[in-house]
Amino acid sequence: MLKYFLRKLLLALPVLLGITIIDFLIMNCAGSPLDMMTGPRMTAATKASLAARLGLDRPLWQQYLSWLHEILHGNFGYAYKSNQPVLELIMSHLSPTLLLMGVSLIVGLALAVPLGVYSAVHRYEKQDYALVSLSFLTSSIPGFFLSMLLIYFFTVRLGWLPSGGMVTAGTGGGFLDRLRHLIMPVLVLSIPIAASNMRYIRSSVLEILETDYMRTATVKGIGHRLVIWRHGMRNALLPIVTVIGMQIPGLFGGAVIVEKIFNWPGLGLLTMDAVMTRNYPLIMGICLLSAVVVLLCNLLTDLIYGLVDPTIRY
Amino acid sequence: MQTSALQAFLGRFRRHRMAVICLYLLVCMVAACLLGPFLSPYSPTTKSGGFSAPPDAQHILGTDKIGRDLFTRLLHATRISLAVGLLATLISTFIGIFLGLVSGYFGGLADRLLMSLTDMVMSFPYILLILVAAAIFEPGFTSMVLILGFVNWPGVARLVRGNVLSLRNTNFIQNDRTAGMKPAYILFREILPNTMAPVLVYATSVFALSILDEAALSYLGMGVQPPSPSLGNLLSGAESLSVLTGKPWMWIPAGSVIILLVVCINFIGDAMRDAMDPRNLA
Repeated sequence: MLKYFLRKLLLALPVLLGITIIDFLIMNCAGSPLDMMTGPRMTAATKASLAARLGLDRPLWQQYLSWLHEILHGNFGYAYKSNQPVLELIMSHLSPTLLLMGVSLIVGLALAVPLGVYSAVHRYEKQDYALVSLSFLTSSIPGFFLSMLLIYFFTVRLGWLPSGGMVTAGTGGGFLDRLRHLIMPVLVLSIPIAASNMRYIRSSVLEILETDYMRTATVKGIGHRLVIWRHGMRNALLPIVTVIGMQIPGLFGGAVIVEKIFNWPGLGLLTMDAVMTRNYPLIMGICLLSAVVVLLCNLLTDLIYGLVDPTIRY
Repeated sequence: MQTSALQAFLGRFRRHRMAVICLYLLVCMVAACLLGPFLSPYSPTTKSGGFSAPPDAQHILGTDKIGRDLFTRLLHATRISLAVGLLATLISTFIGIFLGLVSGYFGGLADRLLMSLTDMVMSFPYILLILVAAAIFEPGFTSMVLILGFVNWPGVARLVRGNVLSLRNTNFIQNDRTAGMKPAYILFREILPNTMAPVLVYATSVFALSILDEAALSYLGMGVQPPSPSLGNLLSGAESLSVLTGKPWMWIPAGSVIILLVVCINFIGDAMRDAMDPRNLA
């Protein structure tokens, strides 16, 4: 197990190196960040000194190596303007995003599992059609439009929920306050998760329902419910682990847009800011870090798969 | 597909009543936005009425905040968004098919390199990649198509590669090889047709995703740029609270069109998947 894990970790290293190169090259296709920072009043001399200070006058491969150097020293370079270490900036924005993503994933799965099983058990009945159609409908609504609808109903019409932020301004923000701010962003993120996973779980349960051991379990007479939850679920959820692992990058992407709309002070908002102001070191840092997170998630998926499926031996 | 197979496919497709309705709806919407100039007398980019006027007999969906007819803008926006989605899907499908064929058929080093490239592109949270690309290249129609096209190919590539791997050892491909056929012939005339069906189904979901992504990016101001309308940038004006509360004609229609388009495409794709699945022959 440990050996397998370490081998996977080693295999991820070249991919990671490749990602840093792609990351760096994409950013350099963009042209010089100096154009964004300099105004018309800046003289060529100041421009040159700025370039020298930021190390932009050196050849590309040297810039790449010095960036790599900064990464290995654990600060990922320094953000323009604020001159803060990129990693520090990212870390300070990480926890709101993790909270948002984690809660959304949990809520999404808590909806998806029972609905998917229900839909599979009632295959080709009215309930099944209704649920599957509903899942298609909800996964077809763009997140930003759903956000607008939610803000329209819950903030404007009903006045129940705040339209943005993480805590009410000027207050320390207790648990309930945070919860109220969390509801709408989490809904927007978790509904597509619930919708797509529901369909995966449905088809995976359908396959399990037709197996011999399920028939045996039914014949034993331990009752429909127990058969499904005890014998069926463990096997049905196996493929779902992989699917969830693959959804993490999408979830992060969704979080960027949701954070922008609901003004959620996390990594997504930082990303949008960095993109808008062309804060190159920050953008590169975020890209790299999210790629690392995704690779780690893949690795974790493999490991969890090994834990829940006893037939897999490393 | 041979005629009988095609007929069987159509027969099974028709059993999905929702998908058939969606197909008709989609055809109607495409026709409407292609015939746009004939359906409405106004130009999408010039003022033709009062500012932010609610719907009336002249402007059936009202006007936007600088007095442009919203129905006309919606027709043009749908056309642009569909075009972005379609072109992006074509690009990513072509790249995906090509790389998938090469990597599955030749295997070895090419396969390993291409698959790690696929992994890398997949590891980037994909909205982030799009955002960064949109920030770098001048935003607009062309860059939108290229960005979405170059981001969505890994799924297709993996799908094709998997199919090629299983086809490579079938008897008829082995026969081709023994007969000394050229790899290009085997790849494009023998293997490709046999892997087109799942690719087509996958492409429908890429199409739906591209439309959603275009909308999201244009909404954020990083996609299709005004004055050209797109389904996303029509909605970007609705962020303000006064529009959201008092002027529903400015944001409900565009949002509904996106949902309708994506729902239709998804249902059609789902019915195609079912109709192609040999297990559903009964």
